[in-house]
Amino acid sequence: MIQNMQAGQLISLAINDQVKEAYVRNSDTLLYTLREQFGLVGAKPGCNNGDCGSCTVLVDGIPINSCHILSVEAVGHKITTIEGLTDSTIQQAFIGNWAIQCGYCTPGYILNIYALIQTYPDADDAMINEWLESNICRCTGYQEIKEAVKNTLIARKINE
Amino acid sequence: MIPIDFEYYRPSTIIKAVQLYQDLTGNQKQTIFYGGGTEIISRARMNEISPNAVIDLKNIPECNVLKKDTETITIGATVSLTQIADSAVFPLLTNVARSIAFRTARNKITIGGNLTGDIIYREALLPFLLTESEAVIAGREGTRQVVISGNGIKLNEGEFIVQLVTNNKFAQYRHINHKTTKQSKVNYPIVSIASILVDDQIRVAFSGVCAYPFRLNQIEEALNDVTNSPGKRIQAAIDLLPAPILHDAQASSEYREFVLKQALQQLLDNFEGVS
Repeated sequence: MIQNMQAGQLISLAINDQVKEAYVRNSDTLLYTLREQFGLVGAKPGCNNGDCGSCTVLVDGIPINSCHILSVEAVGHKITTIEGLTDSTIQQAFIGNWAIQCGYCTPGYILNIYALIQTYPDADDAMINEWLESNICRCTGYQEIKEAVKNTLIARKINE
Repeated sequence: MIPIDFEYYRPSTIIKAVQLYQDLTGNQKQTIFYGGGTEIISRARMNEISPNAVIDLKNIPECNVLKKDTETITIGATVSLTQIADSAVFPLLTNVARSIAFRTARNKITIGGNLTGDIIYREALLPFLLTESEAVIAGREGTRQVVISGNGIKLNEGEFIVQLVTNNKFAQYRHINHKTTKQSKVNYPIVSIASILVDDQIRVAFSGVCAYPFRLNQIEEALNDVTNSPGKRIQAAIDLLPAPILHDAQASSEYREFVLKQALQQLLDNFEGVS
């Protein structure tokens, strides 16, 4: 019955449309594997406790704190990190709205908001607030970030 | 980084999960069931727990069910709080789920994890306490179905929750939930109340007030005793609390009692139009 008696295993992860292999400890978080095994350092370690959102990645398009998912759990799922998101409208909106200060929280915010826009292109203020609650910006640039989201949603509607 | 090593298993059936637990514990390995894993990862990282093996339940089809049919609402244990919050199958639970943590965390936290974790609040339990819901529990003896009452679901060694089953009729009743936190909207509750009006009788369940979530018939009788004034009914309810009011860094017991009175007053106002 028991087949896997080891504390680690060789896994394949689908990250940013590439298949990557690594030998991981079962107790390695995805955040650790992304940064230390694959050099994908866009996911930032902040609280390491699922509270701050700076390590957010997308798992099958859903924002997940990568410090709160084991690498072995992510097998079979499609992972998107900030390195896999190139030239999205929300990235441009962050620049245009001065929504970046020190930048440490930015990758997490970008991925979370990208998922929001993909999932709910008609998101209202309440929904935007609900999604943005997941991330903390210690530079407190919250207003500019929210404006970037709203402007992106408006621009998207105009271009439709 | 988690400083311990453990074995990781992801069985695809209930039987395999139960058998794995028996085999692993039979080999003297401390084993835990794993749903969303947020609490397990945090606690393992802080060296508060050190399992030798975890059994991830997310590949078990029965644990992933979220459906409503003509008779029942069925929610699998590994369904995330976001899935529930975005679903209309059980409106009171939807509202309560939406008040727990924040969205990205809810994407990972499962209903089963919230109901059985070590964090004392277990707010998602409240709607199930109010609706005579049942938990389908798997273990060495097979599966059993128990009514969720009192202060929660008691699991025996080696058991895990497979599903929560609620009578569909409860989705129709008027309901209110209230949550007060210390400061920001996202936090553990100072007082969290869920209530539902069934046959003109208020049912109410509490989290954050005492050291565990609960529903108590005597408290509901006191609140529904319309021969008394609202103030007396509320005081009678507070006098019947089953354990001391929590007194911690979140709030003093005095402040919690004050918030509880306000919350109960709002509840009566809403259900009865009492001012």
